[in-house]
Amino acid sequence: MAQIQLKNLTKAYGAVQVIKGIDLEIRKGEFMVFVGPSGCGKSTLLRLISGLEEITGGDLTFDGERVNNLIPSKRGIAMVFQSYALYPHMKVYDNMAFGMKLAKSGADDIRRRVTDAAKLLQIDHLLDRLPKELSGGQRQRVAIGRAIVRDPRVFLFDEPLSNLDAALRVATRLEIAKLHHSMSGVTMIYVTHDQVEAMTLADRICVLRDGRVEQVGTPAELYEAPNSLFVAGFIGSPKMNFLTGAPAAAHGCTTLGIRSEHITITDAGPLWQGTVVHAEDLGSDNFLFVDIGAGEPLIVRQPGKLAIPYGTRVGLTPQPQHLHRFDAAGLPIR
Amino acid sequence: MPNPDHGPSLQQQRARSAFWFLAPMLIALFCVAAWPLLRTIWFSFTDTTLSNLYGGKWIGFDNYLSIRTLESGRVIYRGTLVDPAWWNAVWNTVRFSVLSVTIETVLGLMVALVLNAEFKGRGLVRAAILIPWAIPTIVSAKMWAWMLNDQFGILNDIMLRLGLITEKIAWTASTETAMTAVLIVDVWKTTPFMALLCLAGLQMIPRDIYEAARVDGIHPVKVFFKVTLPLVRPALMVAVIFRMLDALRIFDLIYVLTPNSAATKTMSIISRENLIDFDKFAYGSAQSTLLFAIIAIFVSLYIWLGKVDLSGGGK
Repeated sequence: MAQIQLKNLTKAYGAVQVIKGIDLEIRKGEFMVFVGPSGCGKSTLLRLISGLEEITGGDLTFDGERVNNLIPSKRGIAMVFQSYALYPHMKVYDNMAFGMKLAKSGADDIRRRVTDAAKLLQIDHLLDRLPKELSGGQRQRVAIGRAIVRDPRVFLFDEPLSNLDAALRVATRLEIAKLHHSMSGVTMIYVTHDQVEAMTLADRICVLRDGRVEQVGTPAELYEAPNSLFVAGFIGSPKMNFLTGAPAAAHGCTTLGIRSEHITITDAGPLWQGTVVHAEDLGSDNFLFVDIGAGEPLIVRQPGKLAIPYGTRVGLTPQPQHLHRFDAAGLPIR
Repeated sequence: MPNPDHGPSLQQQRARSAFWFLAPMLIALFCVAAWPLLRTIWFSFTDTTLSNLYGGKWIGFDNYLSIRTLESGRVIYRGTLVDPAWWNAVWNTVRFSVLSVTIETVLGLMVALVLNAEFKGRGLVRAAILIPWAIPTIVSAKMWAWMLNDQFGILNDIMLRLGLITEKIAWTASTETAMTAVLIVDVWKTTPFMALLCLAGLQMIPRDIYEAARVDGIHPVKVFFKVTLPLVRPALMVAVIFRMLDALRIFDLIYVLTPNSAATKTMSIISRENLIDFDKFAYGSAQSTLLFAIIAIFVSLYIWLGKVDLSGGGK
């Protein structure tokens, strides 16, 4: 349970600046997700918060206390690594208890906390196994369990799901969300490059780009009111449609953005005319790729199954309240 | 008409081509390893001499042990197995091997831990540390012989000036210090090899578990004994086997540094002495055969014990 404050935080490796002055407040009990493309500095930022990397400049405070020069173990954090980082020669129980033996907790207390955490994560039947005898998902649960038993102020997750296959990723995502609800009041910081993970897990998302904060907000805020062309393009699947040139100029902007579900197929005085060049049927939704002669085809989301053969000419009208207008610098015009 | 079903199966064809690929290797190994070994074992059961290599007659186990009862009733034991010089050599070899391998393993692991850390100029240090190992043994033995020299050696000079000793020590000549001198040189020479093998083992350990340990606040010493050591153990076991094999048949260093000191004569030294210098070719062959047997037993024992430990020590 901690409130974390980052003030003009920087990190440089020699002459290369990776984190370029980040100001951010993470509230008590919040689930904060750092998201961004690879190389944006999100993992580095997490490692600065954990203390595994030294901060070059700025201040990092936990509950008002400056922790810049505090070693990781004194910060009251627990970290879950992408590669699980389990001790390969220790059984699951020892993996979870290893960090606690130092804390001079009584043997009974250790056993109780390990079994409680194991029950919570449904790995209590695996305590006598070695990591190599577990599946990827089970290993990740052990890694999470090891973090839980430490009873930290802050949980740090460094891309914990990226080594899992797609089905397991969805299931474990759900587990982590449940975990956050059950451990009310624990601050969690989660790093991912997957915006779907960010959208589904986060209380608030911090979008990073090139060592800077691009936008911080709830998933809905980022989705509905992106603060830049970059955020608009990064958040949401499929990607927001971007139009430049004449269609954008008609709305008084350089780039016009519209999400796939905000375009209606209509014959009554459509704004744009185009040809269906491709379709992706996902069962519940049907994504039409419509070429309106403006570079990339527009992606239009059609609920249900509306079979439109390729080559059909269709009329498209965007919902005006959902148009996103951006100027030449990529900033929104509101 | 040849029936295609009656030709060799795919499995047989693979085995046949595998055999042909292996054949040159098998022939070479037979010529340079198996044949000389079998010859030596054969010689050890004959009375062959250096001057008459092909005229030896079979005399059974007499080179190893012969028991004769004289008419007076006195029993005379002869042969390597009752030769005090031989048992002195066995003891020297074992003492040298255990001491040198132990010291080299501990030092090598320490050096490897340092080299495994990230610091500027690490590549250079890694290359530099291998230099003692790259120098031919004869050269380093001669070099050390001069440094250890009782009259002109730099070691005595330094220690005298520092007041560590009051009079010059005849490192290689004195029976009390000869083994120490040999150990110093061998440790200096072979620690880099151990360090390299340990380093290879250390680099197999994933880095992230050290970060996990840091986050958990586990003391570095505890991390070393509970994490690093168990994980580097398999590599360490192999390194110790390699070194032990080498140490048990040590020859060149001692031959150059302390050739005639009874305090450092090893099994290899003494069997060569008998084979060549004393013209007791068959007797030396018997000692060579015993050396082979001792090394074989030692290594099998080590591997066997190591395996028992590996499966049982999974705590």
